[in-house]
Amino acid sequence: MRQADTAFESASGNRRAPRLTAYLLLTPLLVWVMAFVVAPALIILVYSFGERQVLGGVTLGFSLRSWARVGDPIYLAILWRSVEYAGITTLICLVVGYPVAFVVGRASERHRPLLLTLVMIPFWTSFLIRTYAWVTILKSEGLLNSLLLQLSWISEPIEMMYTPFAVIIGLVYTFVPFMILPIYGSVEKLDASLIEAALDLGAGPWRAFWKVILPLTRPGISAGVLLVFVPALGLYAVNDILGGGRVDMIGNVIENQFKGTARNWPFGAALGTALLGAFALAFWLTRRPGRADRAAG
Amino acid sequence: MKAARRLLEAHTGLVLFFLYAPILVLVVYSFNEAKLNVVWKGFTLEWYARVWTDTGLVRSLQNSLMVAAITTVFSVALGTGGAWLLFRYRYPGERLLQTLVFLPMIVPEVILGVSLLILFVVVRLELGFTTVVISHVTFCFPFVLAAVEARLAGMDPALEEAALDLGATPFVAFHKVIVPYLMPAIASGALMAFTLSLDDVIVTYFTASAASRTLPLEMFGRVKKGVDPSLNAISTVFIGATILAVLTTQLLNRRGALTAPATQGGEKP
Repeated sequence: MRQADTAFESASGNRRAPRLTAYLLLTPLLVWVMAFVVAPALIILVYSFGERQVLGGVTLGFSLRSWARVGDPIYLAILWRSVEYAGITTLICLVVGYPVAFVVGRASERHRPLLLTLVMIPFWTSFLIRTYAWVTILKSEGLLNSLLLQLSWISEPIEMMYTPFAVIIGLVYTFVPFMILPIYGSVEKLDASLIEAALDLGAGPWRAFWKVILPLTRPGISAGVLLVFVPALGLYAVNDILGGGRVDMIGNVIENQFKGTARNWPFGAALGTALLGAFALAFWLTRRPGRADRAAG
Repeated sequence: MKAARRLLEAHTGLVLFFLYAPILVLVVYSFNEAKLNVVWKGFTLEWYARVWTDTGLVRSLQNSLMVAAITTVFSVALGTGGAWLLFRYRYPGERLLQTLVFLPMIVPEVILGVSLLILFVVVRLELGFTTVVISHVTFCFPFVLAAVEARLAGMDPALEEAALDLGATPFVAFHKVIVPYLMPAIASGALMAFTLSLDDVIVTYFTASAASRTLPLEMFGRVKKGVDPSLNAISTVFIGATILAVLTTQLLNRRGALTAPATQGGEKP
């Protein structure tokens, strides 16, 4: 009874109804989330309905001009191209990363920590540094060209930097670990007896993979796809470095509205909100309860 | 079956090669005497020496370390406290709160950066250290919170009850019993927050002023202009630090996994 009048009043079970103290203790978190997550999201929405002034300032109001511009074929094309790049990146990461996740996840207790660490290190290394590393390799007087020239496979340097090829390489290189780790999490939980059962019952390895392994690792795949696709769509820095800004992606356009020469905050806000809406949709589609249930069951 | 296994392992080897070869190239060239050429001219430490006389790099490195340290302190406080409270009490609307907390983890960085920039302009907070730290904490503390929540999920509730029964006040119980139990998660969360803060380019790009430029921002500006061996040198230092951080986290997690069942006693069937 001693604690009956405190916020930490004991109740049956693990979790208790909060009293005043517990509410007070939660205030910092609540304030932080309200001020720096909720408020910015609302403000960007409000700004997207504003009007740009001559000197780059903003008049708030209810103008649909920026939104109308988002629907302009030029920007829709850029948005579509960004989705394509991110989609291709995600697909390559999945095809390249899945087998690796499988090998690491099914490795013996002795080898697994080492393999996992080998995947974790690139995961945690700055993407800027990792993207920069490719410049030395890809530039026209770079390592790859000198190698190919010496092998006489080519007679003159191939222009590799500032091409879609370079951008895709950079994106795949940046995001492969983000695909491997969540799938690894699913593979590690796989019950080996289920695979053995499938094989014993006459399924070939291929069929066992499609019918047993793949469905059971679907949660990891969804998480990986989300972890790669979402940031790949917005990571304009890789495009800046390896694409040389020759091909605009949606991230570059947004950046340019705020920090660059275009300087049109309401339009940038509208583009950002539209992109956010697209993400919410993608998130909702991958997280629909029906799918999750099927994956879990 | 065996052939398939071999094939998978070969593939894994190739992917690991793909992941490490560029990093290795970068490290090797940080010791190359030639400035612009890919030809190996000889071993030198000149580029490392140059980093220390390059005021742009040194100043931004100082900024980065300071921002990362302050961000880590705030993230650990918000993340650990938040995780514990959300675990311990049934707040109304806490599912919504959880979603909002994790939002900055999944929203593309451009949008996070842009929306924070507009907020700072609206409330007339001048861009500088404060704004950089605020934006870093916003996307770093969810990682601490997630790490601590994961460890709390495996905690035996009797742990706290025993402390309270033995006469500890709730605050003492939290301080003396819960926090030590959570330590591996707190430490790995802190390391995560520190690394994320130290690496961030995009959010910082929108929320920093010229004086509060962090190292990644400084590097980003230079990388766009081309290859510079000083960048290789400082990158190599960072890669070394990252490897150390990852190994430490792995070690902490393994120790956490070992102590967890011990603390839980024989409760679990």
